[in-house]
Amino acid sequence: MIRFVFTRLLRAFITILAVVTFAFVVLRMSGDPAQVMLGPDVPQDAVDAFRKAWGLDQPLWIQYLAYIRSIFTGDFGVSMRDKASALQLVLERIPATLQLTIPALVLKLLIGIPAGVYAALHRQSIIDRGVIMLSILGFTIPSFVMGLLLVLIFSVSLGLLPSGGQDTWMHGLLPTITMSIGGIGILARFSRSAMIEVMGQPYIRTASAKGLKWPDVVWQHALPNAAVPIVTIVGFMVGSLIAGAVVVESIFSWPGIGRLLVVSVANRDLAVVQCILLMIAATMVISNLIVDVLYGWLDPRLRAQTAH
Amino acid sequence: MSSTDMAQAQPQSGRTAGVFSTLRRNVPLSIGLGMLWLVTMVLVAIFADLLRPYGITAMDLANRLATPGNVKHWLGTDELGRDVLARLIQSIRVSLVIAFSATILSAVFGTVLGFAAAKFRGWVEHLVLVLADFQAALPFLIMSLAVLAFFGSSMLLIVCLMGFYGWERYARIARGLAISASAQGYASAVVQLGATPFRVYFRHILPNVASTLIVSMTLTFPEIILMESGLSFLGLGVQPPETSLGNMVGFGREYLTRAPWIMLAPAVVIMLTTLSISLVGDWLRDKLDPTVR
Amino acid sequence: MTAPLIKADSLTRVYQLRRGLFGKPTPVRAVDGVSLSVMPGEALGIVGESGSGKSTLGRMLLGIDPGQSGTVTFEGKSMPTFGTAEWRALRAQMQLVYQDPLAALDRRLTIAAQIGEPLDIHDLLPKDERPARVEALMAAVGLRHDQADRYPHELSGGQRQRAVIARALATRPKLLVCDEPVSALDVSIQAQVVNMLCDLQEDNGIAMVFISHDLKVVRNIADRVAVMYLGRIVEEASSDVIFAAPKHPYTQALVSSVPVPGKPLVGRTILQGEPPNPANRPSGCAFHPRCPLAADICRTTVPALRTIGVQRTAACHLVEGADAPLAA
Repeated sequence: MIRFVFTRLLRAFITILAVVTFAFVVLRMSGDPAQVMLGPDVPQDAVDAFRKAWGLDQPLWIQYLAYIRSIFTGDFGVSMRDKASALQLVLERIPATLQLTIPALVLKLLIGIPAGVYAALHRQSIIDRGVIMLSILGFTIPSFVMGLLLVLIFSVSLGLLPSGGQDTWMHGLLPTITMSIGGIGILARFSRSAMIEVMGQPYIRTASAKGLKWPDVVWQHALPNAAVPIVTIVGFMVGSLIAGAVVVESIFSWPGIGRLLVVSVANRDLAVVQCILLMIAATMVISNLIVDVLYGWLDPRLRAQTAH
Repeated sequence: MSSTDMAQAQPQSGRTAGVFSTLRRNVPLSIGLGMLWLVTMVLVAIFADLLRPYGITAMDLANRLATPGNVKHWLGTDELGRDVLARLIQSIRVSLVIAFSATILSAVFGTVLGFAAAKFRGWVEHLVLVLADFQAALPFLIMSLAVLAFFGSSMLLIVCLMGFYGWERYARIARGLAISASAQGYASAVVQLGATPFRVYFRHILPNVASTLIVSMTLTFPEIILMESGLSFLGLGVQPPETSLGNMVGFGREYLTRAPWIMLAPAVVIMLTTLSISLVGDWLRDKLDPTVR
Repeated sequence: MTAPLIKADSLTRVYQLRRGLFGKPTPVRAVDGVSLSVMPGEALGIVGESGSGKSTLGRMLLGIDPGQSGTVTFEGKSMPTFGTAEWRALRAQMQLVYQDPLAALDRRLTIAAQIGEPLDIHDLLPKDERPARVEALMAAVGLRHDQADRYPHELSGGQRQRAVIARALATRPKLLVCDEPVSALDVSIQAQVVNMLCDLQEDNGIAMVFISHDLKVVRNIADRVAVMYLGRIVEEASSDVIFAAPKHPYTQALVSSVPVPGKPLVGRTILQGEPPNPANRPSGCAFHPRCPLAADICRTTVPALRTIGVQRTAACHLVEGADAPLAA
């Protein structure tokens, strides 16, 4: 088990390193980094001093190492707009995004998985068909359309909920729902097909033939085995929570990281973009790592395979 | 499969005739409608120039924010008096062209890399797998945003960017199938007959891999449309004066209360198109996969 | 004395077995210093358990697997390296028939197309004559004319293997290596296919190397038999002689287990111990842990393959009439 975790940690580290390298390469390709870091209207000698101070006249690989060092010490440079530290800006916005993404994740898990499992257990029933249809709608309707439709219905026509800003908890309702619908659809679909596949396995029939009561068969045998593919998808979802937040926060003018990213991209505020990029990559890698370790715990076969 | 010589497997009737009669018998209504919608969209995209009633930037200032049902403007006009139907038709073309090109680009790129990984093994394979992991590790939206931030939005960049969407899926599929074909399979048998590697890949492995790849393509195609629409909606994708479906939704957002049709028309098109492709793609997969039958 | 069609000299193949990502690689000698030759038109049977290296040897004879040492000569010329244009051209002279016919056929092409493919690859006949040749090949292996348009999954196992054999014969090769060609088939079909191979071999004068773990099958078709154990040949003689009077203890055990119809199976030698693991060779004679006659010398010294009679060789310390060693 230790070896398993170790190899996964190694891969996670390599991936993060790859992302950092990607950011470095793209940053260098897009223009003079001194200009980028300092902003457009800075006098030439300041730029030169900056270059020297930052070792930008050094060979590329030394710059690369210095870049890595600065990243790991949390120094991402300064936002062009606010002249505040990029990292600072990003960190300030995290709570706002979490206020949306965590409830959304909870909703996805609490509604999506049971819906899918239930549908799998009651094939061809109305619930099953309903779940399939709703889940298809859930992931084919893009989140921006969904968000706007919800605003149209609930804010404009019915006047029930506010359509923008972050003032009360009611403001958070529509964005959270918008964010969760797609995920509910995907989770329901996946849980359903994972359960269906598990239920078709011979060992389920054996368990039932042994005399085990049906609910016990489901809880003790079917669900734990179906958990493995479901956990993978959940892992992906956790990792890409921020990606989902980008569009939703823009629609609802919610002051979170997603909105910050869009605004920074539009303004080409590269320091902030870099910072967010790396943070998201780290989140994804960590969540994939947790999923992998969970896998190893859930499925002994995987542990045995990699253990030699 | 019975292995006694006496049992004869059912012969298959002439292939083409069989396909058509199967189609008529076995295609459920929803799939049929989906395919019809898709064909319509493709025709609209191809004949956009002939179908557009007006230019996309033509402004009918007397008729701004006209409601749909108008004789002059079937789907109404936006805040600048531009005909929504005309812009919609053009948007369909732009979005579909981007999605098609990107799908093909990523399929070709991914398949070639997958085959290369299978053929050369060693460090080539490791490299491809690491790249694939990397691609799968970052949400594509975020990566695109980063690239667009660094380089600015141009049409060419957007198509190239979208062309990287999902290549890792094709690469994994192609690699897996090529490896299983070569180990003890028909590919090594044909090599052993004396075939050149070119022949092995193009006459044997690729046709076998094609059906799985095509199904994969039907899965990524709607995702690319959604991705491009999302980016355009945020103002970072297709830039004006060009118009795309996401673009239109983005512009229509401000007039949500006063003139919802500006946003609804493209939104409905996006939804129906992605829905159709998903349904048809799922159905295709069930049809093409012999193990499901 | 005609020259052998194909001659292998001290072939050795070692591959590295790696345990997991961080384990030490252990060398596995799949084939260890094997020499043999096959005359034109002759059928050589190679018999052994799984792990004996017989399949690897078959592939080395065809030049598919490279060896760490040793040479293969075909018609006097040394075997070209795998993957080169000369190697590919040589395929028209030598072919391999696999164990699993379904895997060896492309499921998207009709068997007629696949049987004719070698003609296309090597550009052998003018295009209009090829269908006739495919027909003739199908008839020769016992496939019906109307099966030409079938796909592999529409045929039975025996029919598929016949198609594979027809494809192998398309270029009129001089050598056919068959690696467990009937093991995946029902017993009743095995006999049919083996008889067909026998007839084809005699009618066309094709040399054949027939690899199998099943002595009963080999007996029907082989002129000479070589018995392999853990990568080395332990006995080689003509088919009748080996079955009538095997000398090596391993061969004796194998032969005693072959049932003869009408007679009860008496005097079976039951081998002790586990089947051999090539990654973990015993010292001295590889067979000694399971040999009922093992002596001290067997534990320490590897027996050389020596001539013990006319056209007979064996590798055992305890066989009488042994001459000077043939090969170590």
